[in-house]
Amino acid sequence: MSGNIEKMTEAKAPSVWDKLIRISMKEAGVTIALVLILIFFSLTAPYFATPENFLKIFVQIAINTVLAAGMTFVILTGGIDLSVGSLLALCTVIGATIMIDPRLSPWQAIVLASIASMGAGAVLGAINGWICEKWKLPSFIVTLGMLNVASGLARVVSDNSTITGLPQPFVDFGNLIFWGVLPSIFLIAIVVVLIGWFVLRYTVFGRFVFAIGTNEEAVRLSGHEPKKYKIAVFTISGLTAGIAAMVYLLRLNVGSPVAGIGYELNAIAAVIIGGTSLSGGKGSIVGTLVGACILQVLSTGLQLLGADDNIKPIVIGAVIVLAVILDSYRGRLMRILESR
Amino acid sequence: MPETIDDAILKLEGIGKRFPGVVALKDVSMEIGRGKGHILLGENGAGKSTLINLLGGVFKPDDGRILFDGKAYHPSSPLEAFKAGIRVIHQELHPLSNLSVAENLLFEHLPRRYGLVNYKQMNARAAELLAEVGLNVAPTTLASSLSVAQLQLLEIAKALSNESKLLVLDEPTATLTSKEVDRLFGILKRLKARGVTTLYISHRLEEIFEVGDDVTILRDGQHVITRPLEGLGIPKIVELMVGRELAQHDAFRGDSTISGEALGVSGLKVTSHSPDLSFSVAKGEIVGIAGLVGSGRTEAVRAIFGADAKAEGEIRIDGKPVEIASPKDAVTAGLCLATEDRKIQGLMLDMSCAQNTTITDLARVSRNGLILRKMEDDSSRQLVRELRIKTPSVHQAVRTFSGGNQQKVVIAKWLFRGPKVLIFDEPTRGIDVGAKAEIYELLWKFAAEGKGVLVVSSDLPELMSICHRIIVFSDGKIAGEIAREKFDESRILSLAYKEYSRVRQH
Repeated sequence: MSGNIEKMTEAKAPSVWDKLIRISMKEAGVTIALVLILIFFSLTAPYFATPENFLKIFVQIAINTVLAAGMTFVILTGGIDLSVGSLLALCTVIGATIMIDPRLSPWQAIVLASIASMGAGAVLGAINGWICEKWKLPSFIVTLGMLNVASGLARVVSDNSTITGLPQPFVDFGNLIFWGVLPSIFLIAIVVVLIGWFVLRYTVFGRFVFAIGTNEEAVRLSGHEPKKYKIAVFTISGLTAGIAAMVYLLRLNVGSPVAGIGYELNAIAAVIIGGTSLSGGKGSIVGTLVGACILQVLSTGLQLLGADDNIKPIVIGAVIVLAVILDSYRGRLMRILESR
Repeated sequence: MPETIDDAILKLEGIGKRFPGVVALKDVSMEIGRGKGHILLGENGAGKSTLINLLGGVFKPDDGRILFDGKAYHPSSPLEAFKAGIRVIHQELHPLSNLSVAENLLFEHLPRRYGLVNYKQMNARAAELLAEVGLNVAPTTLASSLSVAQLQLLEIAKALSNESKLLVLDEPTATLTSKEVDRLFGILKRLKARGVTTLYISHRLEEIFEVGDDVTILRDGQHVITRPLEGLGIPKIVELMVGRELAQHDAFRGDSTISGEALGVSGLKVTSHSPDLSFSVAKGEIVGIAGLVGSGRTEAVRAIFGADAKAEGEIRIDGKPVEIASPKDAVTAGLCLATEDRKIQGLMLDMSCAQNTTITDLARVSRNGLILRKMEDDSSRQLVRELRIKTPSVHQAVRTFSGGNQQKVVIAKWLFRGPKVLIFDEPTRGIDVGAKAEIYELLWKFAAEGKGVLVVSSDLPELMSICHRIIVFSDGKIAGEIAREKFDESRILSLAYKEYSRVRQH
């Protein structure tokens, strides 16, 4: 008889099992993966499970975590920001140039440099977003352009040279380590992640980020201007590039026009491994933090295992693709679960 | 009863086709005579498109069988239909726009040599075919540079390239100028002389006499009649198309008090060279917009709502002129629009019921930019109860909801905003009967609360049972306005066809 007509399913309450699967497919899924990788290397790699090694990992993931936090906002709306690496380079030379200005006291220099670095990142990020929206262009190509522009600007500002001689209090702060394993720059990254998490989860702005990534046209026809929010996410991404630039200066103590090459790709990888969907609407910033950890733990672990330097990128590349494959199954699985 | 045709090229026997929630075709049997011009008529939703999609290999019938040229015919793809000798020319043409005319024309069987395309032979063959249909362009022209009329001729030439025996044309004249229509008819006559059978679908009743010998009328997915066109007048045809008993009236419950203007539209131009539209909706009134698909109804309500480029003209809410350049302006002014396609334009399918309902007015459930979750859930729960949305929790993603429940979420999100005027575009499309009745109840409730309600629908009995007044659109213009006391299906239909019958006379 009329097969499809009676198929008016009434949604049932999800069972405990369904709930468990659902949670494990969100942040918990990547977290479990991270724990498994940690256990694996702890058992196999010498020196892996030592405070010194963890300190090293924390130092190394700080920059990528900050960049990836901003990137998460952009990807959640369905966009991408390829410019963050060279924005970081530009912001390091701007920050460093101000910091070594002899007319300023060390503290004045530090405050001013921080404001200038974050401000420059935010402004250029806003320009990215504005161009995308004004001319309805894909962010991929607009931020690819900005990648080159910012890289060129960094060379102009720095006169193509590295800038050293940062104020001592600044360098000292960068070397601070709390409780033997937590470097100051990692704590900065955690603060950025926490703020991002809060904004995405609890604010009206965060709701719009998810809503636009899910169905931009529906948001527009509900009486809103998605444009405004899309420019804002690029501004946030630029701002985090500015913060990441300060983290870079704290860690390496030099401003360099060739800093940050390829950083945008690591940031995107962290976001995707963390479970945020490239098509927008789904994901979380906590996932991004875990994604950044997985990337660095893999890299350090392989190194300690004595793996060939050429093997490392092969493994990491495979992990990125695997994450996206799992993501595609996740979408399908969720749908099957929900239509039950 | 269909009379038997001695030499039928196509025979449908007991054809049935169902879609979720709708029976599109039910026990349709008909025959098409070889070499004849056969006309297929019916209202919106009568099943014409489904029928041609069955012939074109887009869908398969659920019941019955089709005989083509004496053999069983059950194509599983448009390519198979084409190879069997049936060519369907759809209303919307999608050429391979970056390829040449010749490549488009012979795409299914490009002349080859050593596995490479033989361009010389291809262009020569294409030139012959183009000459045959009187399409005056070089075979090497890019398809993207052709007009709609030229694309149609290209499609016809394609049918010739394969010696197609049956040519199906779906509303070919909808977007043509009268000169282009004349040329098309000239070519159809030539094809007929060559023995090609045509199945022709059109809303323009005047023109069917020029190309048709026989006519088949469908109504509500069922076969009404197949007979020679001769001796049949337009009034009789309309009567056969409408034919149904007008019993739905008694459901009317619009006993609201009507007072003052809720929405006023004066001199609205959807595009810079479209006709002026002026009408109004009073407080407490439900006004329907009837018309054929493509008569500009959706475009008009989208223009009022500022959904596309800014339209010229004045829009008044509660008697005061408002400036509407975007949906944001419209919503701020107190308008809302439940769009035709709720999945693509209305809902965020992967987000929860609560998140979908509050999106129109997040300020109401937030403080200092922070969303108050409990307040949000409570507001949504209240609307779920009020509209009887079936869901175990407001946290359920709306993707899992049935069509009727999804539509109710769309209504819920607008109720949450508290608009003065509600516009609905096809509010009950693809929704089962029970949910339909509930949605009608809601519309009457809005009217009783003193809101203005404007409903676009292709379902005429629906409009006649829920509206105080119906405005009829025809070819982008307002063809007439009918008050409830004077509702009459054939009168509304003849208004809907009015502008289309006129086109051929100038």
